[in-house]
Order: sequence, then C-alpha cells, then structure tokens
Amino acid sequence: MSEQVGTITWISGPVVRARGSRHVGMLELVEVGTERLVGEVIGLKGDQMTVQVYEETAGMQTGAPIFGTGLPLSVELGPGLIQSIYDGVQRPLPLIEEAVGSFINRGARFDSISREKKWKFTPKVKVGDEVKGGAVLGAVMETDTFEHRIMLNPDDSGTISWIAASGEYTVTDVIAKVKMGREEKSVTMLQRWPVRRARPFVSRRGANIPLITGQRILDTFFPVAKGGAAGIPGPFGSGKTVTQHSIAKWADAEIIVYIGCGERGNEMTEVLQEFPHLVDPRTGRPLMERTVLIANTSNMPVAAREASIYTGITIAEYYRDMGYHVALMADSTSRWAEALREVSGRLEEMPAEEGYPAYLAGRLAEFYERAGYVNNLNGTQGSVSIVGAVSPPGGDFSEPVTQHTKRFIRCFWALDKSLASARHFPAINWLDSYSEYLEDVAFWWREKTGKDWLSMRNRAMELLSEESRLSQIVKLVGPDALPYTERMVLETTRLIREGILQQNATESVDAFSSVEKQIRMLELVLYFHERGMAIVRRGAPINLIHDLPVVDTIIRAKSTVTNEEMHKFDDIQKQIDQQMGQLDAEYRS
Amino acid sequence: MSEVTVQGGQEVLGVGRIEGPILVVEGGANVSYDEVVEIQDSRGQVRRGRVLEVGEGFAVIQAFAGSTGLSIDGTRVRFLGNTLHIPVADEMLGRIFDGLGNPIDGGPEPLTDRYMDVNGQPINPTARIYPRDYIQTGISTIDGVNTLLRGQKLPLFSGAGMPHDQLAAQIVRQATLGKIAGAPPTEGEEFAIVFAAMGVKNDVADYFRRSFTESGALTRVAMFLNLADDPPVERIVTPRAALTLAEYLAYELEKHVLVVLTDMTNYGEALRQISNVRGEVPSRKGYPGYLYSDLASMYERTGRIRTSKGSITQIPILTMPNDDITHPMPDLTGYITEGQIVLGRELNFAGIYPPVAVLPSLSRLMKDGIGKNRTRDDHPRWGAQLYAAYARTQDVRALASVIGEEELSDVDQKYLKFGRAFEREFVNQSFTENRSIERTLEIGWKLLSILPKKELTRVTLDEIAQYYKGDDASN
Repeated sequence: MSEQVGTITWISGPVVRARGSRHVGMLELVEVGTERLVGEVIGLKGDQMTVQVYEETAGMQTGAPIFGTGLPLSVELGPGLIQSIYDGVQRPLPLIEEAVGSFINRGARFDSISREKKWKFTPKVKVGDEVKGGAVLGAVMETDTFEHRIMLNPDDSGTISWIAASGEYTVTDVIAKVKMGREEKSVTMLQRWPVRRARPFVSRRGANIPLITGQRILDTFFPVAKGGAAGIPGPFGSGKTVTQHSIAKWADAEIIVYIGCGERGNEMTEVLQEFPHLVDPRTGRPLMERTVLIANTSNMPVAAREASIYTGITIAEYYRDMGYHVALMADSTSRWAEALREVSGRLEEMPAEEGYPAYLAGRLAEFYERAGYVNNLNGTQGSVSIVGAVSPPGGDFSEPVTQHTKRFIRCFWALDKSLASARHFPAINWLDSYSEYLEDVAFWWREKTGKDWLSMRNRAMELLSEESRLSQIVKLVGPDALPYTERMVLETTRLIREGILQQNATESVDAFSSVEKQIRMLELVLYFHERGMAIVRRGAPINLIHDLPVVDTIIRAKSTVTNEEMHKFDDIQKQIDQQMGQLDAEYRS
Repeated sequence: MSEVTVQGGQEVLGVGRIEGPILVVEGGANVSYDEVVEIQDSRGQVRRGRVLEVGEGFAVIQAFAGSTGLSIDGTRVRFLGNTLHIPVADEMLGRIFDGLGNPIDGGPEPLTDRYMDVNGQPINPTARIYPRDYIQTGISTIDGVNTLLRGQKLPLFSGAGMPHDQLAAQIVRQATLGKIAGAPPTEGEEFAIVFAAMGVKNDVADYFRRSFTESGALTRVAMFLNLADDPPVERIVTPRAALTLAEYLAYELEKHVLVVLTDMTNYGEALRQISNVRGEVPSRKGYPGYLYSDLASMYERTGRIRTSKGSITQIPILTMPNDDITHPMPDLTGYITEGQIVLGRELNFAGIYPPVAVLPSLSRLMKDGIGKNRTRDDHPRWGAQLYAAYARTQDVRALASVIGEEELSDVDQKYLKFGRAFEREFVNQSFTENRSIERTLEIGWKLLSILPKKELTRVTLDEIAQYYKGDDASN
C-alpha cells in the first residue's frame, strides 16, 4: 500500500495529470502530492493518468508524487454510521472540527467509523452453519431501538468455523471466522464497499407500499412507493429544501440518509441542530437516531461533491440489506451534475447539452436505478427510496438535468414559483406533478383506511383541473358570469387548496398529518361539495354557501385538529349537515 | 493561514504567449497551482498575477492589472511561492484600499504581522451556529416580511437606474441588533462594515463614502474599491480580499460584520472574460460551468461559528441585465443565498421608495428569527397573511384590467384598496425613516383591517380579536 505510482505533470483546479499509469487501475483511490490529498483515477491514457482530487489543490506543484492504494474509492460500513455527519468522501466532520478548528483543512485523515467504541454483539449463527453473502452473523444495538445486523460481505460465502460469544467488541475485532474453500477468512463488523458499485440483491419486488411522509399533497395526491424514486424540481425560493427536510423528518422509513450536495452550510447546520430535538412519531426517539448526514456544501471541494451522492446511496443500500426501509434525500442533484460538468470541462471533453458531458443521462440513470424494493441476499426485504431535488437554472424545466431525471423517476413533484410567491406551501403544482405509483399503492390505502382513496383522490384532482379551466374564464369575464354550479366548484377547490394542499411545516399540529387524518379531510371536503352542489342546483345563491361558518372551520381543521382527535372531524361533518340542512330545507320548497 | 514569503522565488525571463490578461510562461520548475507571481515589464514596472494552471515546464498566469505594455521578451515573471495573502488588522476599519488590498487613501500600509489567504477555507458545517438573531433595519419590507438575520446572506436584486445603492446605504446606516417588540430601546451593538466595489462607477463609490461619513460610520468601514476603470481581472480578487478581512474581524476579533458587495454582475463578467480567453467550455450565456461553485466560495463565507461571538452578514448587490431574474448571475446567486430582496421597476416608476417587490422577495431564515420571544408571537402568521393578501391583490388587478373595477365584487374591491394602501403605507417609507418592529407590525394590521375578517385565514382567531381594527363586526 501507498507506494509511489506517478509524478504530477499538470494541475488545473480539482483535476491533476500525472505520468506513470502502469501501476494504477481505473477508479483507484490515490493519494496526491506531499500532503497526500485524496483523489481518484478517472482516466488512463498511455503512460498518463488523470486524477480528480477531493480536496483543494492550491499550492500543489508539478513533480510531486502520487501514491497508489490498490483500492477503489470505498466507504466504511458498520455500526456507528447512524448520527454521523460526513463530507462527500465520508470523512467525519465533527472529528475534523475537533482536530483543526472551525475551518476545513486539507489532508485531515480520520477513520469514518470509530475504532475505539465498543458495541454489544449478539451472535445469530453457530459454528458449522453454511453462510452465503449477506447472511446475518449477529447483531448490535446501534441506538436504543435500532438493531444493526452484522452481515457477511456479499461476495463471500462458506462455513462458520468460529463465532464470537456475546460481548463487547470494537468494529475491528474479529467476530467470526468463515471457512471458504481452503482458506479461512476473519470477519469483523467493519466492511468496505466501493461506492460506484451497487450492492447486490436477489430480485426486485413490486413497489406497492407508499412511503408515508405526512405531507398531504404527497401522500394523498402524488404518493411515492417505498423503493421508488421521486424528483423535486423547482426554481430557487420555491421550497425544495423545506420539502426535503419535511420528508426527512416525517417519512416512515427506518433510516434516513440525507445528502446535502453543493448546498448551503446553514441548511446543514439547521438539520444538525434541529434533528436531535425532534421526536420520531413512530419510535418516540430523537430523529437524529435514524439519520446519517452527508454534507458537502457548495464551497467544499467540487470533486467530493460528485462522490457524495455515491457515498450516500451505498450507505443506504447497506441498511437496506439488513431488511430495513431506507429513504435517501439528495439535495441537490443539479449541483452534483454541475460537479460532473466542471470536472468534464477541465478534462476538455466534448460537451453535449449546455456544457454537460454526454454521459450525464447515464450517470443519472445509474443513480436512480439504485432505488428499489428488493429481496435481499439474506432473505429479508428492504427498500431504498430516493427523493432527488433538482435546481433548474431560471426555473426552466426543459434543461438537461430536469429532462433526464424525468426519464428515470416515476414521481414528479413540480415546485412552482408563483405558488411560493403567494406563500402557498408546499409550493407543489398539482397540475404539473404526477405519480405513476397511484394504482400500485391503492390496495394499501384500502387495507389501511378501509376507504376508496383512489376514487376520492381522482375526484379531487378532477375538481382541481376543472378549477384551472374555470379560472381562465374568470380572468376574462369575472366570477359573476359563471353559473352557481361552477362557482360551487370554485368554493370546493378553495377548500382543497387552503385546507388540504397548503401545509405549514413550522406549525406543530399541521407539520405531520396521519393517513387517517388526510383521508378524512379529503372525505369531508368532498362531502361538503356534494351537499353544496345539491343545494345550488335547487337555485340557492352561491354566497349563502360561501358565507357558511363551517367553511372557515374546514380550512382551519388542519391546524386545529391533531392526529389523535379524529372524532372532531365527526363534529365538523355534523356542522356541515346542520348548516347545509337548513339551506337545503329553505330551497327544497 | 501562513505568511507570505516575499523574498526569494524563482524568476523567469520572457513569456511564451500573451492573450488578453493571460500569460503562458515557459521554463519555470516546481511552480505551485494558484501561486502569486510578480510580473515586471521591460520598463521595470511591477504588477501581480496568479497561476491558473501548471504543467511540466509551463504555467498559465492571469495578470491582475491586465497585460497592457507587456512584451514577449522583456517580461520577467517572479514566482513568489505562495497563494495570495493580504494583511488583516483592526485598524483597517476606516481605511480605503484598492481591489487587491493596497491602501489608496494616502495612509501607510496596515501595521500587522497577520496575513491571510484570500481564498479562505470552507467553514465546517458542524462548526456553524444557525442564525437566529434578527437585525432591525428599520425598513418594513425587510423587517416585516423578509427579515434579515445576523449570519445571513441576503442579496439585493436590482436593475440599472433603481435605488439599490440608497437602500443598501440605508440598511447599513440603520442596522441594529433586533429586539422583542415593545422592549425598551437599548444601545444597539454597532456593526463593522466591509464594503467591496467591483467595477462600479466612481460616483457610486463616492456616494457610499459620503453616506458613511454623514452617518458617522466611516471609522467602522473598510472599503475595497475596484472601480469601472480599474483592471477587470482584479475584480476576481476584490470580494475575496474584503471577505478575508471580514472573517478576521468576525471570527478572531468577535465583531458583527456587515459586508456589502456591489456589483456582483460585474464580477461575473470578469470571470466570464477570463474563462473565455482560456478557451473553456462555456455553459449558459458564455459563463463558465464553475460559476456556481465560484460564487458559492464567496457567498458561503457568511455566518456564525461556535468559537466566536462575531458574525458575518452579507448583502451582495446585483443589477440584473435587462431585469431578467433568470439570468445566470441572479439565478445562481439565488440558489446559494438565503433569499433575495427584489426591487421592482413598476414600483419605482410609481415613486415608491424603497421599491421592494414583495412577492418575489424572500428571506429563508426569517422563520427562525421572528415570532414569540424574538419579535412578536403573531409575526409569522401576520407576514404570511400580508403576502397572501397582496398576492390575491395581483389577481384582482389583472381581473380589473379586463372587466373594469366597477364590476368587481365587494371583497375584490377591498383587495384593491388593500393593495394600494399596502404599497403606499407599508412598502413606501422615506430614506431617513427608521421604523421600529412594533411600528411595522402596527401598519400591517391596519392594512389587514381593510379586508373582511373571513378573508384572514392565515392568522389565528385570537390574533384577529386582538389586533383587527376594521369595521367587520362578524365573528
């Protein structure tokens, strides 16, 4: 390890060329210069190698050495990942702060996973057991409630010749020995896995369980399935990050991997300071105890930004392999694509659209294809769901990253600047968004709530698109020209927009809606519509319905009725009955 | 953060190629990437530059002051062996420097042995403190609905001919540490101000200097001036030099620092020019593909860290070419900064000052700096309500322009009235008017009271009971 394999001949930003390509492999991790900065071989040509360096190269000289490691760029996997915060190449940021202060220095090296910490290991196999790759050899409690399953490396298989007794071990202590043919391999709790290689599984399962986020516009209107992929494109200021944070907080996944990729430092700090104080509604534990953070902010080295996405997805797959549901947020994939573009530009590759390299679409596909609900090697089932934010320049969705992303996702949450300007949050445009998981998850909704969610959801969407058509007319001639039945549609859609679609992430009651609350709210609004429609058909003027006190009650229900007080919705329904009943009686005669 | 080694360094006579501000020097050995060089022309005049690219036996150099007067044979290039550093000291407040940090006010070089790398280093996200303390600027459209916090970066998006300079000067003059509404006024902590001008006209720089003098702030201001007739390439360094001083003041001397950068559009053009000469693959509108990372390397030098009480708050000013907010400069800036204050031309025509277009403006951090125990409990919902009502006003205006105001419903008429009053009484204020947060909230409620109670769905019923002053008696 660490022998000199080359000599630097050219430096431009994060890209370095060196002579001496014979002793390194493609995508091998190398150490660059006397400061031994982390880099990766991204090109070999004749005796020349091209390296992208994951740290700032200012001050580096030609003639400086490059050292090989013989390994591809890999992440360390094992107990201790949860609650960690890493940079794009999995260096632990808190340790860097402890060692070098508030600013990130070059060349700081730390183990990604603590070598000192002891974990209470409980074996799950015995001597003589045949084990295949991915087999669960034992378990440790990574947090008070989270069982971390220690698995055999997916590429190995054999017979257990020794297994450690229950007890406390560090991640580098041998906890099992596996006889593989003639040789015996010692197994520790620490695994390395190359980030650019997807971890294997047996087969994909149908994605038919929704990832519940507690966000009404997502769960009720545009659900993403566990193991699915969703994209959130939007111009700046439209709420991508707030939406990503909301999903990270409330999604019903067991592990959250949050990648801050080329985004703001303060945003990562917000997550760091907020998550330990927020309680996971399902386990009652702090949200941080299910979260792994990767923070490669916009001012950190650009090549590490490129790597951060792979570091994150590999960690997500590792937890999936244990049989868990993992949700991964990538904010923002556009910054990752820009990192690709920047490195590509330095390599003087022929650009395709807008300066992006021609392999942009391929890289995006590779990334999104690592999402999935799968049968694992060890017989468990787990999923990785990906929610990728996209930041199209100028909010123009026709740009390459948005367009290519659309090809590889099945759920599209289009953020809209004009909604954001009107402070309608989440500013997800219901007419531009889509989900291809509707049919897949309909059965789950029926089982869970006993209600016909899909028809209700479709009815509401029908009303919303009717509203869009009517508002064109209103813009031209004013609302008074519309017949009462059409104005009734506008009354109802106002309830849908303000009462259901708008959701305040900063308000405690409204921030998370249970599925029961979501569907009940939808049911009430549709009920209001049917009753109201019957009355206006009999000739009652629309302003009578507009002025009913229950209208305000319905709009405010999202923040006045908690998830536990479902009976209050029955009261609201009674109010509808009573107030509409009066009108009904008046105009029946 | 080591010192510059000024002495020594190898010297190369003659350059291989000169193209715009870019020089290709052949024959140097062990040149470092990003190293500073001294370039001496045949008459002995010295200018500085830095290394953009190094290869075996050659280096690509960018001359800060351009290449005018340089010749192939008569030019000497001395490699100084270190990246660009500037001196930093407390006494630099009250002084004026050129775009590279050399004094131009006739005074001596700052007396210090502290030199810092102008490129800075990224702040570790775990070392940051999330901003929570608001700055009272005395301007309703900022304090009320786009609150600025200490440690935030909030740009002004403007256009040619709009009063962004006045607004920035007013913010600088009035900025004090925010307090809870109704709390007695205290001596506000004073901000140190670092001002960087990139390619602006001399009278703009002069305007700021006068404004600082009049408000008695001049002793707290360090000015870095690269004016319109100064070499464009220097502009790449100017904001970095300014931020380097700001970091020293904030993180080592624990001061609260307000950084004003004007005009970032000129900075972007300088960057594009260099990229162009180097023949790099352009992305949008000819700007280099790394524009985002480059801007971020400056904007992200904002914030608070745990080891210091100080803070850096940035107010970059951008004039949007052709008022186009989707132009790469405002667009990428908006993706990095924590919101934006947008000036609107229509309001400006209508004689409203400051012409802040409230709807496209945004402060992302506002939610964490206002409300109970910070400004007033109702502030967040009050702000959302004002926004929603003003947004509705725009729809009503569009409708009115088609069917005429008389045809509008009663409620819509009230929205029109609200919209007019909002612009004249809330947005509009004089250049010298310093409104307290209570006053701003009070004006807002007065305007909301024009509307029927039923329309106010963003505020709570209790708040309506407490603050609503209108004649709508329903419940």
